Amino acid sequence: MLEKPRLDDPVLEVNGLRKEFGDLVAVDDVSFAVPQAGSLAIVGESGSGKTTIARMVVGLERPTAGAISACGRDRSAAARSARERRRRGREVQIVFQDPYTSLDPRQTAQATIDEVLRLHHGWPAGRRRDRIAELAGLVGLDERQSRALPRALSGGQRQRVAIARALAAEPRVLILDESVAALDVSIQAQVLNLLADIRDSTGVSYVLISHDLAVVRQLADQVIVLHHGVVVERGGTADVLDSPQHDYTKRLRASVPRPGWKPRRGGLLGAGEES
Amino acid sequence: MSTAAPAPVIAIVAAPVTRRRGALGMLRGTGVAGMTSAAVILAVTVVAIIGPLIAPFNPTLPDLAMTFVGPTGSHVLGFDFEGRDVLSRLLAGAQSSMLGPLAVVIGALLIGTALAVVAAWRRGLADSVISSGLDILFAFPGILLAVLAAAVFGAGLTAASVALAIAYMPYVARVLRGAALKERSQPYVAALEVQGASATSICVRHIIPNVAPLIVAQATIMFGYAMVDLAAISFLGLGVQPPAANWGVMISENQVGIPEGYPLPALAAGACIVIVVIAFNILGERLFEQAQAAR
Amino acid sequence: MSVPAPTPLLEIDGLTVLLPVEGEQRAVLREVSLEVSAGEALGLVGESGSGKSMTARAVDRLLPRGAQVSGQVRFAGGDVGALAGAGLREYRNKVAMIFQDPRAHVNPVRRIGDFMTEALRTNLGVPAPEARRRAADMLVQVGIADGERRLRQYPHELSGGMLQRVMIAAALLTEPQLLLADEPTTALDVTTQAEVMAILDDLRREFGLAMIFITHDLELAAAICDRTAVMYAGQIVEIRESALMHDDPLHPYSAALAAARPDIASTAHRLAAIPGRPLSAFEAPAQECAFAPRCPYAADPCRAAVPELVSLDGGLSRCVLASELRGALRPGLAERSESGG
Repeated sequence: MLEKPRLDDPVLEVNGLRKEFGDLVAVDDVSFAVPQAGSLAIVGESGSGKTTIARMVVGLERPTAGAISACGRDRSAAARSARERRRRGREVQIVFQDPYTSLDPRQTAQATIDEVLRLHHGWPAGRRRDRIAELAGLVGLDERQSRALPRALSGGQRQRVAIARALAAEPRVLILDESVAALDVSIQAQVLNLLADIRDSTGVSYVLISHDLAVVRQLADQVIVLHHGVVVERGGTADVLDSPQHDYTKRLRASVPRPGWKPRRGGLLGAGEES
Repeated sequence: MSTAAPAPVIAIVAAPVTRRRGALGMLRGTGVAGMTSAAVILAVTVVAIIGPLIAPFNPTLPDLAMTFVGPTGSHVLGFDFEGRDVLSRLLAGAQSSMLGPLAVVIGALLIGTALAVVAAWRRGLADSVISSGLDILFAFPGILLAVLAAAVFGAGLTAASVALAIAYMPYVARVLRGAALKERSQPYVAALEVQGASATSICVRHIIPNVAPLIVAQATIMFGYAMVDLAAISFLGLGVQPPAANWGVMISENQVGIPEGYPLPALAAGACIVIVVIAFNILGERLFEQAQAAR
Repeated sequence: MSVPAPTPLLEIDGLTVLLPVEGEQRAVLREVSLEVSAGEALGLVGESGSGKSMTARAVDRLLPRGAQVSGQVRFAGGDVGALAGAGLREYRNKVAMIFQDPRAHVNPVRRIGDFMTEALRTNLGVPAPEARRRAADMLVQVGIADGERRLRQYPHELSGGMLQRVMIAAALLTEPQLLLADEPTTALDVTTQAEVMAILDDLRREFGLAMIFITHDLELAAAICDRTAVMYAGQIVEIRESALMHDDPLHPYSAALAAARPDIASTAHRLAAIPGRPLSAFEAPAQECAFAPRCPYAADPCRAAVPELVSLDGGLSRCVLASELRGALRPGLAERSESGG
């Protein structure tokens, strides 16, 4: 065999990740790997630690312990230089949940994308303009929308801008932190289709942070289920969702409304129990 | 950590109303009172620039024969205690009366904004240190600081303005720190951090422009206060030095006329200050309300 | 409707609401007509701007200032719009409302017990100890065992799910006849949502309450509602028995809405996205079907006039092609439209 990077080398690898906030252990010994063009879902409810994991991977939080590496390079510690920070930006990008706050209200879609292009590539204006048009086309923004300020755009259109901004860095991994959760059902489907198209055309890998099992089923190959910061189950998405093994996964699965579904009551909540 | 999906918002309620607008739009939003105030301010500013040129008589040339002579045909506001034309002194005095507060406001804004943004950006220790420092400065009344400065560096507009700028700075910093903290926690800022953008560029290109309406409102309100304080300092003889024309100085030097039945020179200068301060206050309050409502 | 009730508890008749937005009057509801019988649960489903929440607010007389209302809301035969003062307070005791964000609807500095017993004490003159006893009992009903302790707590000490249970209990205390539930589980975790839904369903049946359950999720409405009404751009476009809504919808929008949701049991090659975005009521064209621009079946008659709500197979549909499309709208058969801008 020739010595070349193997296709199945993970682009993102997380080992023994742990995060403490004071006495609270938000994330406890979490490990996973995402292959090139693969997609991994991190599933859990409020307080499961899934968003904390996302924030640690992109460097918005520092892990208490454990290692994170993307494209073979460690990123557990803070970046030491501006150059290093930008390089990390070209490895992993993120799209947040709330389309209303994830864009600068004073910046048009074009300016938003242009700022990122300028940051990462020393391109002349003409080339940047072409690339902006290309990215806008990729996420389905028309000419008028590209020139509009966020307040003139709907939630779905804003989320497209946020996706285009993330893709402008040409990242290898895109973290989708509940990125479709705030969208209307009909818009959510558009954006999910768009994300599938983008993966096919760019080979980007996804880490999908979500509480919505149906969305997970649609977009992710692999899934890990997080409960109080601990991974309770992992496997192929179809396997985990069709035959959940852990009690918590079963409960999660049973709680999803679907045709013919009837909600059932558990027991009484006693002292100290929260629901 | 958010799991629950927020409901798809009801467009009618949540569709962001046109909130962020240009300078003209901001002005229009202040209503009749706000725009009238702006017009007054504009007029006084023009006078401050060209005042010495349009003064009908020499504002500093005394004529003791005319001391406290009332209005005559060509001297509509009469003469002051040294027999100088009051209108000419008012017009010429606009310059230093406006320039002082301007210097105070610019100084306070520059330092206050810088500290606020650094505190909001770094959070943690830097924020604690800056906030405690501001708390200590809050304890000093501006006038006291200015008197102290005059005692140490000598009387004059410069020392008084620098002292007032330092005394006003914590007010700016406190308001802006809150706004900047809120802006800093917005996901778009996190997105820029993840891109690898530098703190300076995020602060200068994004955070400061987004809190700018609040900065403008603060500056406007502060201008009025600074004018009163500087007039008080000049009144005490520690600011602008006679015979230079200045509204605060004019009140001070003509106060002897009040018990003698010649209140007009002092009152005219006082009225100028009151009108300008009220205009700045109204405009500032309106701008502030608007900036707050948009947040 | 298949089973006409003797006198409906709630009748909404041609309700049109305009709200002042940026200096102009904008429609949020257009000719909404609905009936809810005593003890019946009706799901009200729609996307942003469809008018589902505004309908509930109009029923509870909670419309924003400046709202311009035409049409009528009748409760137990009486005109709700004519109520004032004591009559309105009495009406609001009979019609309870639960909101999406319970935290925004409680006073954070008052204890749970205070909040829960207020209406009993002030409106119904129940003595305080008796009111507290009833409140604690009601907390047990919503699945909170240590009611006495909870009554002494403050809202911030309770989780979102717990607080929503408290809201349900408080709503039931005044023995209302109609419950307006406006996305009461949207902000909750999935497992908590299931629990709260079950509580709502159980207690509603036990107390014989009618309910309007507002949600953006067809399946969620179907789980606990007898009938489901689908709204689009301020209008009702379909009313149908919930059990039939998913498998046999009458309106292309209901069908498209059901098909657009990803399925937890399978991965679609592509989701059947609805092109474009949902219209708000005020954006709807005056002379054609509001859904026509996004509808895969839209034809000339759809653009000729705003369709009427017509009876069809035990339901109502606002689609001129409804009878021609019978059968074609079933999931799997629906023409899958591609995603668009």
